[in-house]
Amino acid sequence: MIISVASGKGGTGKTTIATSLALCWGEGLFLDCDVEEPNAHIFLKPHINERISVGIPVPEVDESKCSFCGKCAEVCEFNAIVVIKKKVLFFPELCHGCGGCSYICPEKAIKEVEREIGVVERGRSGKIDFIHGILNVGEPMAPPLIRQVKRHINSGTNAIIDASPGTSCPVVEAVNRSDFCLLVTEPTPFGLNDLKLAVEMLRKLTIPCGVVINCADIGDEEVEKYCKDEDIPILMTIPWDRRIAEAYSKGITLIDALPEFQNSLSQLYGKIERLYKR
Amino acid sequence: MKQLTIISGKGGTGKTTITAAFATLSDSHVIADCDVDAADLHLILDPAIERSEEFYGGKTAVIDSGKCTQCDECVRVCRFDAVKDYTVDPISCEGCGVCVLACPEGAIAMVRHMSGQWFISHTRSGYMTHARLGIAEENSGKLVTLVRQQAKLIAEREKKEYIIIDGPPGIGCPVIAAIAGVDLLLAVTEPTLSGIHDLERVVGVANHFNIPVMVCINKYDINPDNTSKIEGYCSENNLKVAGRILYDPRVTKAMVNRKSAIEYPCGEVSKEVTRVWEKVEQRLKHRENQ
Repeated sequence: MIISVASGKGGTGKTTIATSLALCWGEGLFLDCDVEEPNAHIFLKPHINERISVGIPVPEVDESKCSFCGKCAEVCEFNAIVVIKKKVLFFPELCHGCGGCSYICPEKAIKEVEREIGVVERGRSGKIDFIHGILNVGEPMAPPLIRQVKRHINSGTNAIIDASPGTSCPVVEAVNRSDFCLLVTEPTPFGLNDLKLAVEMLRKLTIPCGVVINCADIGDEEVEKYCKDEDIPILMTIPWDRRIAEAYSKGITLIDALPEFQNSLSQLYGKIERLYKR
Repeated sequence: MKQLTIISGKGGTGKTTITAAFATLSDSHVIADCDVDAADLHLILDPAIERSEEFYGGKTAVIDSGKCTQCDECVRVCRFDAVKDYTVDPISCEGCGVCVLACPEGAIAMVRHMSGQWFISHTRSGYMTHARLGIAEENSGKLVTLVRQQAKLIAEREKKEYIIIDGPPGIGCPVIAAIAGVDLLLAVTEPTLSGIHDLERVVGVANHFNIPVMVCINKYDINPDNTSKIEGYCSENNLKVAGRILYDPRVTKAMVNRKSAIEYPCGEVSKEVTRVWEKVEQRLKHRENQ
């Protein structure tokens, strides 16, 4: 089973839940797909033993073969390549690596070379197989790196995926094809607004979901009401507790800081499994 | 006219809370909510929409099954595994159009679709531009740029001094679009190891694009040791700390009451956020004189 953990709003406790759920599970894969700001390693402290550079194929133009016909610029949907008189300009950050320019070039003047956008690191945290992606600073595109992180999923293995906040392409890439998505929210107007967006996204992707309400006593009742109205199961509630906030600030997992949560986390896993099998 | 973007790297550190407070404190500005895929500022500022426009971002390939001979050429050239059973999965499709080039039957067309909406609104704290990216849509960077362009047009027309931009979390494409060419960034962080880690990365992006940064430490009392670490990091890197804000549950109460942390009394928090705005405004004005 592949469980993804997302939220819509940032800072609601995705990584807190994902890491403690992984420790509770005790084995399987942990994939940190928040490649822009990966944080799970701070909590799981994996011993990294493999580092793989991830790139996308970008064009390299041989100007001695180029006839400056401009076909490459014409087909590029991302304006990443421009031909001005006898010069080809390439803007690497705009390139999606689709290969359209080299495909169309009538002179075969374009070959593709890898351009690094980030790295994937793999290691172990106890029995947990830990993998995360780290997007290079200044790079705009997270999805190709997320795809490489997810490539480590083999059929039959259990995996937990920690996604980034929001509901756009990096989140879609992270949660897509997971068996169940756990949405971690807080009972505030911001939490609810972004939860609704995340639920709509999951419905579009046809992924079943359940909700964890974190800091359950800080706001109002609207999240609970929404979940009841929409028939979304609330699988766990965690009260606001200064000890949890302080442990988080030091990189200590929920389960290590407050072992009494062991039970409710096991139950959470059990509930997800039952919902998934249904 | 000067532009300020509030960023954080890590989500949930208080960007929107700070932006809403600045909207109350400043008296000459346009607000731009550039967190287009999880926008929240409207929940506080309660905008009355004056203009609403559709946003057509990218294109998606569509295969005409009547013309398709199932030759598999599109499957072969697509780098995004978007063609399954001779139909295109719009979620995987990157909109590159290489399949259109490859199809020998001319059976594939690129179709532009509505991928969001953007708005110009009036609020009790002045004009606001904002947007809503469609569910599971791409091109958030383009939409961010559009929201900023509209804010700029209004600021010029209305002769406003500042554009205050609520940025998205992370360091990727919408963040880059939200900070490109602005005069100053305010990075809101929290004294957690994750907050520090993410602050360092987002400051890296700011340096990459050569934009000055000020730092604001939110909920600084959650971990005073980490707060000192952040202050140490800032002084080593020549970043000015604009303020340190206490954790106070009244800030959440303000949000529940749809008020900014200035409109709803939050004690020391309200005072400190006011001081942060004064320092930020001073820095923006100072840049003008350079």
